[in-house]
Amino acid sequence: MASQPAWMNSLFTHTGSSSFSEFLGVHAPSLLPARNESLAAPVGDEIPHATTIVAATCAGGVVMAGDRRATSGNIISQRDIEKVFRTDDYSCMGIAGTASTGLELARLYRVELEHYEKTEGRSLSTEGKAHRLATMIRGNLPMAMQGLVVVPLFAAYDPAHEGGRIFSYDVGGGPYEQREFHSIGSGSIFARGSLKKLYRENASPQDIVLACLHALYDAADDDSATGGPDVMRKIWPIVAVITADGYRRLPDDEVAEFVESMLERRMTAPEGPIAPLR
Amino acid sequence: MSIPFGGYASPEQIMRDRAEYARKGIARGRSVVVMQYADGILFVAPNPSKALHKISEIYDRIGFAAVGRYNEFESLRLAGIRYADINGYTFNRTDVTGRGLANLYAQHLGMIFTESIKSFEVEIVVAEVGEAPEDDQIYRITFDGSVFDEQGMAVIGGQAEAVGGRLKERYREGLPLPQALDAALSALTEPGGERPPATQIEVAVLDRSREHRKFLRLTGPRLEKLLEAAKESQESAKPAAEAQTEQGNGEQAQGERAQGEQAPGTAPPIAPEGDIDTGSGE
Repeated sequence: MASQPAWMNSLFTHTGSSSFSEFLGVHAPSLLPARNESLAAPVGDEIPHATTIVAATCAGGVVMAGDRRATSGNIISQRDIEKVFRTDDYSCMGIAGTASTGLELARLYRVELEHYEKTEGRSLSTEGKAHRLATMIRGNLPMAMQGLVVVPLFAAYDPAHEGGRIFSYDVGGGPYEQREFHSIGSGSIFARGSLKKLYRENASPQDIVLACLHALYDAADDDSATGGPDVMRKIWPIVAVITADGYRRLPDDEVAEFVESMLERRMTAPEGPIAPLR
Repeated sequence: MSIPFGGYASPEQIMRDRAEYARKGIARGRSVVVMQYADGILFVAPNPSKALHKISEIYDRIGFAAVGRYNEFESLRLAGIRYADINGYTFNRTDVTGRGLANLYAQHLGMIFTESIKSFEVEIVVAEVGEAPEDDQIYRITFDGSVFDEQGMAVIGGQAEAVGGRLKERYREGLPLPQALDAALSALTEPGGERPPATQIEVAVLDRSREHRKFLRLTGPRLEKLLEAAKESQESAKPAAEAQTEQGNGEQAQGERAQGEQAPGTAPPIAPEGDIDTGSGE
């Protein structure tokens, strides 16, 4: 029995809330992504960073897309990293910043939502999900102060509103609800500028997917840490669409079609679609 | 119950009393059926409550069904969810298995049975759906921590033997969902009795064709449609079922006798008066 982890004894007796991360915090704190140790030397530039994520609402839902590049300083550390995660049937999150912490956070957050749903027999409200993520980001603040910053973008279909909603965060937590569209990461400035011109209210999911891909392309165009679509290696951005039917990650060949039509257009107009001035 | 005043009770007597106490509590509820069908595993429980479930999701491929005292099996259910989530988070989602969970429950129930004054009045099923029907697993765990690796189907609670006997007559490998539901419902209904309407039953499946989480609770219009389909399949399957019943008569009679031996004619000497709280207001 001595080899049993300590939490084994708490499985039947824990009477706390329905939060999984709280259970871990009390009975198995070493499993939480947040740590309070201070680093001997700053590692900010040496570990992989995830870059640009965009999200925009569409008719009856929301679209999120992310590029595939991770960088360590000036090195491209991974070309096909996945930064958009399904968190439950009606929500997803994208991460920017320290990749390792972000991946772990996304994994924990998914369990957190599921744990509540299974124990309580109902899903968390969309606000509840957004608040929960804020608390988890805040828990990472000591790490963020040492350079291990991770910032998520959260998108969900809200059955109560019958539409998509987007929440952004900073290192201290949040959430900040965003209207229409938002982006995070190193290329976010360029992506947001692009989306500002391409976003149409109540556009179809297909149109919004295309707008998001254009925004990612513009971000990759001007930000060295954001990767464009890799035609040679056939590495496409990750695109997720959430509607009343649930979360759906577009399969690679479907994204490839969108990307190819976009690239074809950019062959003749490298700066992308031009918004009408008058 | 542990030690009658002043006297000595042998360990055998204590265990026998505890087992009898638990068995009586469990037999007072209604039965729950867990069985394989073509695409996975089906759970059916008569339960008028919409909120207090007897069937629940534990993890991606694992479902849980219980009978007996609600507060007791609810605490087991929550512990199972914690166990699965913490293991899946520590290792990988595929590393959470029904076998591990069944062992956890068996350990805990066994400990309660030997160490506590009152044993848990519950019987539970842990079912795991695999990639193929051969990989499906159904474990039945009783109040004393015994684990049974069931093949194809399991019935717990209430008149489990009689229901199990009726289910065996109708059960075949690889039944489509409507037929499987029909078999489960006819097993749960006493001969000549009326079937419970959609509002009085709790139905869920572990469907291996689903993505991510295989557990799906069937409610509302979806369940009603399925019940319609079950009724249709019942009419077409009738002649075959009747032929089977004739063959199975001897077996059934045996089952009834066994049950008669077990069920006492008088009120239980030690169990509390009145109905057990199953959480569904039966």
